[in-house]
Amino acid sequence: MRPFLSLKDLQFEWQGRTGFALSVPELSVAEGEKLFLLGESGSGKSTLLSLICGIITADAGHVQIDGTDLGALRPAARDAFRADHIGVIFQMFNLLPYASPLENILLPLSFAKLRRQRVENPKEEALRLTSALGLAPELVEQADTRELSIGQQQRVAAARALLGRPRLIVADEPTSALDATAQAAFLDVLMTQTQAAGATLIMVSHDERLAQAFDRCLDLSEIAEVTRTSPRAMGGPL
Amino acid sequence: MILLRLAVKSLLSRGLTVGLTIFAIALSVALFLGVEKIRTGAKASFADTISGTDLIMGARSGGIQLLLYSVFRVGNATNNVTWQSYQDIAARPEVDWIVPLSLGDSHRGFRVLGTTEAFFERYKYRGGRDVDFAQGAVFDDLFDAVVGADVAAELNYALNDEIVVAHGVASFTEHDDKPFRIKGILQKTGTPVDRTVFVSLQAIEAIHIDWQGGGRSQTPISAEDARKMDLTPKAVTAALIGTQSRLQIFGLQRWINDYSEEPLLAILPGVALSELWNLIGVAEAALLAVSVMVVVTALLGMVAMIFSGLNERRREMALLRAIGAKPRTILGLLMTEATLMSLLAVVLGVGLLYTGLFLARSYVDAAFGLYLEISLPTAREYLVLCAVVCAGTIVSLLPALRAYRLSLSDGMQLRL
Repeated sequence: MRPFLSLKDLQFEWQGRTGFALSVPELSVAEGEKLFLLGESGSGKSTLLSLICGIITADAGHVQIDGTDLGALRPAARDAFRADHIGVIFQMFNLLPYASPLENILLPLSFAKLRRQRVENPKEEALRLTSALGLAPELVEQADTRELSIGQQQRVAAARALLGRPRLIVADEPTSALDATAQAAFLDVLMTQTQAAGATLIMVSHDERLAQAFDRCLDLSEIAEVTRTSPRAMGGPL
Repeated sequence: MILLRLAVKSLLSRGLTVGLTIFAIALSVALFLGVEKIRTGAKASFADTISGTDLIMGARSGGIQLLLYSVFRVGNATNNVTWQSYQDIAARPEVDWIVPLSLGDSHRGFRVLGTTEAFFERYKYRGGRDVDFAQGAVFDDLFDAVVGADVAAELNYALNDEIVVAHGVASFTEHDDKPFRIKGILQKTGTPVDRTVFVSLQAIEAIHIDWQGGGRSQTPISAEDARKMDLTPKAVTAALIGTQSRLQIFGLQRWINDYSEEPLLAILPGVALSELWNLIGVAEAALLAVSVMVVVTALLGMVAMIFSGLNERRREMALLRAIGAKPRTILGLLMTEATLMSLLAVVLGVGLLYTGLFLARSYVDAAFGLYLEISLPTAREYLVLCAVVCAGTIVSLLPALRAYRLSLSDGMQLRL
């Protein structure tokens, strides 16, 4: 069976100051799989996720998502592809502070034609998702984004990533700013909702204990090779 | 659409800095438009100094010089026009009316103008407005005087006050044997009329009757004796002329210029006024240049503000990129913000200008005789306003392009 996501002979080096290079010989993820990537700071996880999302393009090799080679797409098409097919959750600062939580959740639909078509009533769907993620509707509609707790922010971010059922959810340390109980609760709802949406989930974390709930766990240092050519690279992009 | 909403929200979230930046641009726009208004107002006021007069006649010199001494009371005539020539011109069939002007004396820094009662009927300003009396009336006794509004205000004169005319423009010799009584005070006109002391042509003759060759003669003649003598003037300095028909203006002008008995010059006041305005138009251009620089400075301030906000907004940019925004969208967002700011600033600036005009108008008219018209912006001003908004958009390209490059090179990292 053709894998949903495949990386082959991937080579990437950051331009300019950092001298940070990453190579991934091979990585395949099946459709609907929940993959846990274990990686410390500096293991190149952000770079890898940027490559998977098509925000940066590989110098060599291929990133294929459901048969589409990201490197072969024109930049604008690549951005549209990401908007349509990938939902992203970051460690923190997930939300635009000046927009309401609901507006933050609805924002990707402005860039993603496909996801917009899938959602008949965006606001209703956003509220359904957030209540499934454990957020009160009043909070989502009326609260000031800046006043949400980190746990609430992460749930809003998860709802944003899931809205319109993108096929791939990419999460970069989504729980590391949360305390232990909140971590478990967040991970639980994220898993459930990803499953309900039928999406594939790739999550990167340095915390091994979170791996249990996932279908597969890979150590980043085993699938990716990082090289640094400059001593300053220690402070480089991580 | 989403871009516009995001831009508005983003601007609102930075209310103070954005507000100050907008206010700075608005002020500069208001200043620019204000200068423009004053400029056109001054030009119009200047051109309106004299109207209703078809020709100004005097001894042959330059057109601007004739205008300066006859209307603005600046400088002196090189020569006088003999009474005979004046009579010849007055007798021309084209001449509807003629008002003689006799200059040369002064009163405490203000020029004294000898003329006839007709002056107050014929002299018009600001498109046909009459010179009106605030108090009193035109002179009827030989030693009556009428003073302009500034003369009365600055020297604190009231009706029936006695004044003495000095011989010449800057001299200490006074015609103190023949004092004048103030018979009338004129209303403010914003023209040189305000700074003039008016007496009759005969009075000018009377106070000089015992003068010979620039000095007082040995045999003084008293004011009472002077009344009984022939006070027909021997010469006038200049004259204002109205023709029967506008078609005759050029014919009469040519006739006067070709007058064979003595060299004379007749000018059209409108033409001479615009020549004079061109002469002092350099200051006008400088003023305009300064206000343009102020607008440019304010726009640069906005660019600096966008630049300085860029670093802390990298996270926001990276986030938008991750959600699926194109780098172009980031560029558009920043430019939309700048355009919105300049647009708002322009609207606010226009508001400031009209508020200012509304508040200051009557004061400016009273104090400087400058009539500022409150009217809709002219096509030229609309053009300027559009240019400011466009300039705001264009200069924002610099920070926007930087954000564009950053959003490409930052990738998905949310730098902390």
